[in-house]
Amino acid sequence: MKIKFELNGKAVEAEVPARTHLADCLRHHLMQTGTHVGCEHGVCGACTVIVDGEAVRSCLMLAAQAEGAKVTTVEGLSREDDLTPLQKSFRKHHALQCGFCTPGMLTTAHALLSEEPDASKERIREVLSGNICRCTGYMNIIEAVYEARSAYRGGAKK
Amino acid sequence: MSYVGQSIERIEDLRLLRGRGRYVDDLHRDAMLHAAILRSPLAHGLLKKIRVEKAKAMPGVRAVYTAEDVAPGNSKVPAIPVRLMPVDQLLPFEQPVIARTKVRYVGEPMAIVVADTQAQAEDALDAIELDIEPLPAVSDRQSSEKNASLLIEEAGTNIPITYTATKGDALSVRAPYVRRERLITNRHSAVCLEPRGLLATWDGAKTKLTVEGAAKVPFQSRRVISKNMDLPEDCIDMIEGDTGGGFGVRGEFHPEDFLIPWTARKLGRSVKWVEDRRENLLAANHSRDIEAELEIACEKDGTVLALRGKLWVDMGAYARANGTMVPRNCAQMLSGPYRVPNLHIQSTMFLSNKTPVGTYRGPGRFEADFFRERMFDLAARDLGIDPVEFRRKNLARKDEFPFPLATLDLPEKKEELDSGDYQIALERCLKEFGWEEKKKLQGKLVEGRYHGIALSCFIEGGAAGPRESARMLLDPDGGVSVFVGGTSIGQGLETVMLQIAADALGLPMEKLRIFHGSTTYLKEGFGSFHSRSTVMSGTAVLLAAKELKEEIAKRTGRKVDALRDVDLKSLAPISIESTFHNHRHTYASGACAAHVAVDPRTGDVRLVDYVTVEDVGKIVNPLLANGQIVGAVVQGLGGALLEHFQYDENGQFLTGSLADYLLPTSTDFPSVRAFVLEDAPSPINPLGTKGAGEGGIVSVAGVVANAVAAALAPLGAVPRALPLSPPRVWQMIQDARTAA
Repeated sequence: MKIKFELNGKAVEAEVPARTHLADCLRHHLMQTGTHVGCEHGVCGACTVIVDGEAVRSCLMLAAQAEGAKVTTVEGLSREDDLTPLQKSFRKHHALQCGFCTPGMLTTAHALLSEEPDASKERIREVLSGNICRCTGYMNIIEAVYEARSAYRGGAKK
Repeated sequence: MSYVGQSIERIEDLRLLRGRGRYVDDLHRDAMLHAAILRSPLAHGLLKKIRVEKAKAMPGVRAVYTAEDVAPGNSKVPAIPVRLMPVDQLLPFEQPVIARTKVRYVGEPMAIVVADTQAQAEDALDAIELDIEPLPAVSDRQSSEKNASLLIEEAGTNIPITYTATKGDALSVRAPYVRRERLITNRHSAVCLEPRGLLATWDGAKTKLTVEGAAKVPFQSRRVISKNMDLPEDCIDMIEGDTGGGFGVRGEFHPEDFLIPWTARKLGRSVKWVEDRRENLLAANHSRDIEAELEIACEKDGTVLALRGKLWVDMGAYARANGTMVPRNCAQMLSGPYRVPNLHIQSTMFLSNKTPVGTYRGPGRFEADFFRERMFDLAARDLGIDPVEFRRKNLARKDEFPFPLATLDLPEKKEELDSGDYQIALERCLKEFGWEEKKKLQGKLVEGRYHGIALSCFIEGGAAGPRESARMLLDPDGGVSVFVGGTSIGQGLETVMLQIAADALGLPMEKLRIFHGSTTYLKEGFGSFHSRSTVMSGTAVLLAAKELKEEIAKRTGRKVDALRDVDLKSLAPISIESTFHNHRHTYASGACAAHVAVDPRTGDVRLVDYVTVEDVGKIVNPLLANGQIVGAVVQGLGGALLEHFQYDENGQFLTGSLADYLLPTSTDFPSVRAFVLEDAPSPINPLGTKGAGEGGIVSVAGVVANAVAAALAPLGAVPRALPLSPPRVWQMIQDARTAA
């Protein structure tokens, strides 16, 4: 079936079997491989993308359900010339090791801070508890997201 | 400027943070096919018949292969060789890459389907018809030892080997205090976030097999593929991309590492296989499944005289590539950093109808530290000695290095600790933890939870030999390309290697490029395991830099100190390859302390605080060293409190999803603090550095179990088995109440 949606600010269309989930559609049909698939049953959070402002697991959503939606992936949260403040903070705090969970961490954190730029560390911990990281032990991720909050205040979204 | 010793931000991050990493499932090739693997649904049975006709007729299916295709007629199905410490006794227990007449664990490969899409390949798995005659499953030590149901008939036993670790004469030690205990560690493993995967391409015109998704030990894997596919090594390229975690499991040879390249060659195409999470939990190496019966012998003042006893290691259905390290390390490392003058440990492998075992971060050591630290705490409590004082008294002393450990047999292996000043880390740990203050809470019930604290000391082996290579290429633009045999599994290899190279060459890091892991870069490489790369690849880089500078001095006729003062463009190209030989090991060391609060009504263990202090000899990058240690601690907390691969009595696997197999999340362990020291440089390498990727995990179960024991001492509950999950802790409390 043919589906159309907005991916990272651009209109896209894909021809996919009806059973294709959004993660596979992004990765293998639209070749946006920044979104990772870690469990395909909604536990690990590596595949998190932002759909109409909400952080969602793209392995639990059919591509067909994205029809007409605005979808943002880690590629859409990135710039060509430089890292964003959130990415810089991750780098500074060594908030990633193997990098596989990182796109999901960034999309989840971005969705959170866009809505709640004053989130406390406890709130950040709670929201990120749906994203598994096997390398870092999370301490540095929490610090990184916490420090990136200032970039989200005053309407600046990246 | 000096790079070594600085918290340099990682160069890897620039791509990984922008979704530009290149993991194996990100790769696409023209006309690429997809493989799916049919795995045994039964733990033990005779494989009478596999009917594949219906599957072959399914939409998009290009081929279905079974053992009969891999090894036609009477030829032998290739087996996965034992990579580390191979001895003849283990040969009958090696795993064939695909089951032919028998299945021996749930998850064992039986057939491969290749189709145009992954979904079509998976659909066709369901159309394969199986006739398996069930056999009694061996699911524990007792049934394994009876040998009534044999996994491998030709071998005549379920017990492949018993190792003995010996120091002094432990069996004849008589002591005023002796205690015997039975302790158990839980089957769990790495569970890397990126599932395993491979993309193999066969180019018949060039007689070239390219295998992408290689990790950990690409040169070794190439040797195994070469031998079993009767293809010269230089016809095979193993390519390493980005890797979503390793921890000892990813990259060690598994059945798929043969099956996927073989399938690609058979079809003359590119074939991709990426496991799903259930396959990962089911089929990637398990670890940590050990039962111990140990005796500790002490003087009344707490001086340890001997440790003796037996270990039984559940190896699962076969002796896989590096499985030997689990029983061997657990026996040899049982004494840890302590002056245990007499040790006699027999460590027995036994088979069961479960997933085969390999190494997982801190293999054998995590288990050894749980056993030893529990024994020490029980002894200290019995003798009325402060548990910290007990450890202080028994730690190896600064003037005793190199300090000998027990010697192993089959094959014989002596081992010694290279250097250390163990008291420094212990005292620092007490200070950072706030031991004296927290001690007041010991065994106290506060707001419904019993509080307990504990301390333990550990060592961490690193720097496995026999050698490692690095190549430096002076490029026409005046930059230098650095090629290393170490592999990247997320640990920051690229940044660390370039820090070392930049200092050694006297060039800014920006002038350097790093290439690693793939077999195309060097004649020989050994990869990343046993916390070896910073020491082994790092020293090889140091040697190559020195030789490159010597070569440039020769060509320019001038003494060369830093290359930034030399017109490098006019000298390019120059290529230098150097090798660091090493047959000794580094031993990082440290101390850790845990504070827990246990709810006696639910058995829930809350980690209030955790401090670990580790001396790594020389810190190359403090930010990354800290990251390794904290990450390892949290991974260990998962193993101690949450993670458990469970089977029923029929050998059926019960924990096939991340909802059943619990990994630590961000809310589980909010306070873990690491402090990294460099008080005792290693004498065996010029940098003085020690492997530091595993130390954080080694003592976690020991210290946490002791903290739980201290918390529940008023109730008389004694932890003897892991994980300390709510049901187990609750049961422990009920048992203590019943006994009282």
